Amino acid sequence: MSQVSSGTGRDLRLVGLHKTYPNGFTAVHDLDLVVPQGSFFALLGPSGCGKTTTLRMVAGLETPTAGTISIGESEITATKPYNRPVNTVFQNYALFPHLSIAENVEFGLKRRKVYDSGKQVKEILALTELEEQANKRPGQLSGGQQQRVALARAIVNRPEVLLLDEPLGALDLKLRRAMQVELKRIQEEVGITFVHVTHDQEEAMSMADTVAVMNQGVIEQLGSPYDLYTNPHTTFVANFLGRSNLIKGTVVGREGTGDDAVVKVDMHGTIASIKASKVHTDSKDGWLGIRPEKVLIQPEGTAIDAPGSSIPGCVVTDASYLGVSTDYTVRMPWGQEIICFEQNTGRRGGLIPVGTKVDVSWRPEFAFLLDASQDAGAGRQED
Amino acid sequence: MIATARKRTGYLLILPAAVWLAIFFVVPFYSLLATSLFDPEGSVLTGYDVTWHFANYWDALSEYGTVMLRSLWYAAIATFFCLILGYLLSYAIAFKAGRWKTVMLVLVIAPFFTSFLIRTLAWKMILADDGFVVNALQAVHFLGDDGRLLATPVAVVAGLTYNFLPFMILPLYTSLEKMDPKLNEAAADLYANPFTRFWKVTWPLSLPGVVGGTLLTFIPAAGDYINAELLGSPNERMVGNVIQSLFTTQGNYALAGALSVSLMVIIVTMVLVYVRRAGTEELL
Amino acid sequence: MTRIGRWIGSHLVLTGGLLVLLYMYIPNIIVAIMSFNDSSGARNLYAFQKFTWDNWLNPCKPDNLCSSVVTSIEIGLLATLGATVIGTFAAFGLVRHRFRGRTAMNLVLFLPMATPEIVMGSSLLALFVAAGLGGQLGFWTILLAHIMFCISFVVVTVKSRLAGLDGNLEQAAADLYANEWQTFWKVTFPLVFPGILAAALLAFSLSFDDFIITNLNSGQTVTFPMYVWGASQRGVPMQVNVIGTLMFIVALAAVIIGELGARRRRKAIASR
Repeated sequence: MSQVSSGTGRDLRLVGLHKTYPNGFTAVHDLDLVVPQGSFFALLGPSGCGKTTTLRMVAGLETPTAGTISIGESEITATKPYNRPVNTVFQNYALFPHLSIAENVEFGLKRRKVYDSGKQVKEILALTELEEQANKRPGQLSGGQQQRVALARAIVNRPEVLLLDEPLGALDLKLRRAMQVELKRIQEEVGITFVHVTHDQEEAMSMADTVAVMNQGVIEQLGSPYDLYTNPHTTFVANFLGRSNLIKGTVVGREGTGDDAVVKVDMHGTIASIKASKVHTDSKDGWLGIRPEKVLIQPEGTAIDAPGSSIPGCVVTDASYLGVSTDYTVRMPWGQEIICFEQNTGRRGGLIPVGTKVDVSWRPEFAFLLDASQDAGAGRQED
Repeated sequence: MIATARKRTGYLLILPAAVWLAIFFVVPFYSLLATSLFDPEGSVLTGYDVTWHFANYWDALSEYGTVMLRSLWYAAIATFFCLILGYLLSYAIAFKAGRWKTVMLVLVIAPFFTSFLIRTLAWKMILADDGFVVNALQAVHFLGDDGRLLATPVAVVAGLTYNFLPFMILPLYTSLEKMDPKLNEAAADLYANPFTRFWKVTWPLSLPGVVGGTLLTFIPAAGDYINAELLGSPNERMVGNVIQSLFTTQGNYALAGALSVSLMVIIVTMVLVYVRRAGTEELL
Repeated sequence: MTRIGRWIGSHLVLTGGLLVLLYMYIPNIIVAIMSFNDSSGARNLYAFQKFTWDNWLNPCKPDNLCSSVVTSIEIGLLATLGATVIGTFAAFGLVRHRFRGRTAMNLVLFLPMATPEIVMGSSLLALFVAAGLGGQLGFWTILLAHIMFCISFVVVTVKSRLAGLDGNLEQAAADLYANEWQTFWKVTFPLVFPGILAAALLAFSLSFDDFIITNLNSGQTVTFPMYVWGASQRGVPMQVNVIGTLMFIVALAAVIIGELGARRRRKAIASR
């Protein structure tokens, strides 16, 4: 999908979009966003972050307090929902219980008086593998089938933008993973712009070309799943997308120029170097962040395969063996506990017992530095 | 702007109902109030005057106070029996009927398509002096040899119970049907015996249905006069009989109006107290 | 015998429920039996004399019986039409729109259901007399009264159906290019229709069966319940039992046919 980079044709464009409800709650705060035509775009965030409200404003089911929505050159901010080239896959599907599957799928085509609607319905039912169910009622279908009907009913209209509101939320885990692959396949086949709202970071990352992480009505960060994960700009993104160890540090100096520029951070007496492109604070203090799987540990005295300094004097306080990997909790010399995911490659030939003294290290290019004024617990999921 | 338009549509939609009920329910009630304050000396021929004759109320209640009390008492007993019978049947349909649920619900409603007057007359036949029921009860000496059921309070209360039973069953069934049967299993898991399970789980959860059902039974039963007329004797007269005959045969509109208003006031007061005590104001 | 005994033992509640159900059918059974009773020349009208088909073959034999049934059906149909239209509008207004006076309206709609019929009937009579219509009581005053007390029941029935309707469905219709009008006729109305139908049936049966309010406001007009009432003073002709049984059979047949039809449609759809 990289060939449809932004700026061409019929991008979905939100400018200064704002929504305050009559009860005074501001769900969406001056949102600016461009979704490139033909891309698979995910709006990711916890419940109540404003992602669904944003989606509903694009669908025309909610009126913005301020701002504009346009597709290409045409502004649709005040257009009625039924006059927009936009369709929605609703969270609980909202299939018409009194109509058959075929009639559900045909609904939009009929309203627009498309003349070969029967043929199009057949095609889309084939694409979504629903031919067998065409004459059944929604109540007779399984959750996964209903989900596909909701999808078929929307894409048969060939909208310019397809909105998906937590479309997989009602399915169980296994089916959800299967449908993720399915959705991605269908999107690539039809080439419609998909805007997918979800609170499941794995779902967003596995399907979307671009992910926007939303929190409290604003977009915290936007980028490819890889960029968001390896280079989060805020503690919220660092914690909401995967997990992060955040360690208090003080900037002590800068070295090098261009791509080689690094920022030196004093972390409780140990100096760590962080690439300048991964530093997102101007102040002296910061949170040094490192992903748990990037943290290497080794029993005291044995060599660690990492350049840069290692931190001695740490103790393993907890170990959970998960088969593929082991999660260790390690107490640092200054008392903070950090987590470390280690692949069970068999290299070590066993687990490190709780209580073992270990050295901890990581490659400097994996670390990032965030603003110290942010809450280190923001976006952390308790599960 | 959209909001105003929607508001206007809302008013337009309820306008016919509001007007109809205003003219044929609210205004008549006002007429009834006025009637109850007529000079009792008037008649249909000479016309009536509103003379603020509050003495009508005094007359009505002193003359027919016992009838009023009897009506409320009969209605209360009938409501109690309806509650027991109705609860049993609703519970059976909601939890025990399995795939016969719909069939049983239809069966509950079906008998009421035969006019209730005809059914009440059938009861008159069943309870008749030389009928099967009386003969059987006499045979086992439950009734004396000249004992009877017809024209006794028993017959009137039985008739009221029978006639208003569906008004009890439908709300009860609705609230029981909503209940998750797993709650009962959870209570059993938490060491509750069947008796405790009923009192601590099922009964409290069915209270909205109980309150709704008892109101829908008690109110019409208190104002009914068909059962008293067909199954009772003058000794079982209820307030409905009195109002009816004052209006139609005796032409004493003032007294009838006063009695009618009194009945309404008593019932509304009782309903409010009852609903408040049951803690189910949201039903209103 | 022991098997039945055991079944009863393990299904005490269900047995009790079935007994209550049986109790509710006792009068209907008696009415059905009496419809075959030959009462000619009988001294006691409350006992079965002799089997005959006559009552079923000549249901209109007693004077005014069938004309009273026709009057009741006419009033019932008109009252159903009026109350269903007015009540359905009001239900939509109350569920779908927010406006001042909604609470008051809900209360006014609730009151007729909480008022004893004798009070409603007498207050209407008081109004008609005050308006100088005392001498013109009849078909139209009965109809006005019936529409009045049916409206509340229609509103309650349609309202509960409407409140159970998933609002997302209408949004989905709007999303799928249906304008307000199409959304209403293609989605909202078909989904609410069973509720409206149920309300209409309820209104008809309430109107057809009403006696107390009708009796006070009927003048010279005789509806079926009033005919029965009048006849009960002298001795009810057995044909009344025929009409009662017929009503029961027709209503039950309508319900069963409706249910079977719905089931067949579902099956046909599933197997097509």
